[in-house]
Amino acid sequence: MSTVEGDLLHTVEASSISASRRFWGRLALWLSAIWFITSFVLQGAHELAWIDWGFANWRPVLYAYFLWAVVLCVTRVVIYGETGKKALFVLPAALFVVSMVVFPLLFALWIGFSDWNLASSTGRRFNGLDNVRRMIADPFYANALLNMILYCLAIVVEYAIAFGLALLLNQEILARKFWRVTFLVPLMLSPVAVSWMVGKSMMETRFGPVARFARWLGWENPSFFGDPLTARLSIMIMDAWTFIPFMMIMLLAGLQALSKEVLEAAEVDGATKWQRFWQVIFPLMLPVSVTAVMIRIIFKLKLADIIITVTSGGPGGATDSVTSFIYREYRDRSNVGYGTLLALVYLVIIVLGMTVLMKISDRIVKRMTGRL
Amino acid sequence: MVRIDFDKYARGQRIRWWAMRFAVYSLLVIWTFVCIFPLFWTVSTSFKTAADVMRGNLVPWFNFAPNWLGWRSLGLSPDTISQISTVRDEFMRRLWNSVIISVTASALAVLLGSLAAYGLSRFSYKFGHMRNADISFFFLSQLIMPPVVLALPFLVLYKELALLDTYVGMIAVYTLMVLPIVVWIMRDQFATIPVELEEAALVDGLSIWGAFARIIVPLVLPGMVAAFLLALILCWNEYFFAALLTSTNTNTLPVMIASQTGSQGINWWSMAALSTAGILPLVVVGVVLEKHIIAGMTAGAVK
Repeated sequence: MSTVEGDLLHTVEASSISASRRFWGRLALWLSAIWFITSFVLQGAHELAWIDWGFANWRPVLYAYFLWAVVLCVTRVVIYGETGKKALFVLPAALFVVSMVVFPLLFALWIGFSDWNLASSTGRRFNGLDNVRRMIADPFYANALLNMILYCLAIVVEYAIAFGLALLLNQEILARKFWRVTFLVPLMLSPVAVSWMVGKSMMETRFGPVARFARWLGWENPSFFGDPLTARLSIMIMDAWTFIPFMMIMLLAGLQALSKEVLEAAEVDGATKWQRFWQVIFPLMLPVSVTAVMIRIIFKLKLADIIITVTSGGPGGATDSVTSFIYREYRDRSNVGYGTLLALVYLVIIVLGMTVLMKISDRIVKRMTGRL
Repeated sequence: MVRIDFDKYARGQRIRWWAMRFAVYSLLVIWTFVCIFPLFWTVSTSFKTAADVMRGNLVPWFNFAPNWLGWRSLGLSPDTISQISTVRDEFMRRLWNSVIISVTASALAVLLGSLAAYGLSRFSYKFGHMRNADISFFFLSQLIMPPVVLALPFLVLYKELALLDTYVGMIAVYTLMVLPIVVWIMRDQFATIPVELEEAALVDGLSIWGAFARIIVPLVLPGMVAAFLLALILCWNEYFFAALLTSTNTNTLPVMIASQTGSQGINWWSMAALSTAGILPLVVVGVVLEKHIIAGMTAGAVK
């Protein structure tokens, strides 16, 4: 990684770097690289039973990799001086993410097309497109994908509630800080604890206060996880409860950043409150809204812990999200191959979906704000 | 001559004003109830006996007598706190695991993320055909990555690397998980600081690192705290990776809470005590440092 012209912050090279300093830097870099590659190859050969000699596990290779990464960072400065110091700001994070994401992703492709039961001793067996065929025929995976769409649609309601709350907090009210802190509390709670205390205890059909309330409202036998539709709704409500504060805070910040002049101008022009909201505030808030909803969708797509703890997918897999389904698939069969393929397909769908969504929302924002 | 009854107008407006106030405050109270009641239920259930839970008694001292039952089963009630308790030891170990893993991972993410965000906001990089915008996008796009995609490869790799059920393994995963958020927040923070500050520092003879450590870090410290807190919340509450990658040594609190199903049904009171103890540290942190959390969440959202 090297820097090019056009830095915001210009620096001057203090002194030129001597040839011997460069030489020793390069030497250290090459030595550590050779050590890493050698240990990798040796361990690989040992693993494939080509040679007897080897380590008990891959840990020493990891150490060699780590050493190489550190030497790489240090030698940037040794070899390139000031320019290297600049590279050193981004290099550690980049190395970390690449080794933690790109490598496992490539590895996932290798696992995804295999039959690999971690519990058995047979190890990995390549099985071509078997996993893909199984996926297409798997009604539970299709159901989980459908559920993700339903769960994401619930964000519309969450957004409406969060916007309402943000408007409330933006009014002239006493003790605004108190209300704000109170409204923020659900965000701090661990979803697992929430699912225990809300999902299992408060929604308990015999004594739970929510069930009592439902009975008082006239629902004869309240059961929140009995049939697929109510179970999904219950999951949506619990998830919404923990995440509404997040959207609310973002929208509140957006409201507070609105220019007072525009709002006053609308008031002077005689717009009613309703008109002022729909024709001034709402369009002005669109960029913030889009950011908040996008982040919310991203987090919603990771939804798993509530489902795993409360329903573990039930009744009959009706509430499964993709993540919880793959989790159970692994827990039940300890086969990593099929689950990995499902996850990869999910990733592709997400990336495509998010790209399309971003394009569409971008266009909407442009049109709406252009009209103003 | 037409007489306008100003009084009547004023009165009408005053009534409307009061009605609005009433509506606003009642909505506030209703939502406060929605936010606080589950918390109240959790805390109060930890002081109930089985009969109280079954009858659904709600108000302490009024229709049930608070009782240390739940806390005694955790070994944290006043009369058991001085005695030896295996459950308490277990709980303290999980708590300690949670603290170590989430604090270290958040600190590491703030360190790596701040450095990267600073570099990207000040210098232009070229890596292959990737420029600054691409590198930024590379970091931020990790936010979309669902944990489940990496979970099973990590499981296999960690098994080979003997990193399953170790602190290092968990910290690495959690750092990766919160890094994009930190980069997002910190990028915004650095963008607000004028470059002239560092230029002056460089003229005065500081190196780039010196200028960063002495001039910039003190200025963005609030932003770093905000990023750290958000990361801490996410790590503390994380369940999915913890459930997959830990077994006996480095279990975190959420895993312990999730695994509490007895053979004879659920002991609601001890469950509630455990949940309360697991939630409480973060609620305290959140309420005390609320300002910073809000600052973190709104960074980047409002331009």
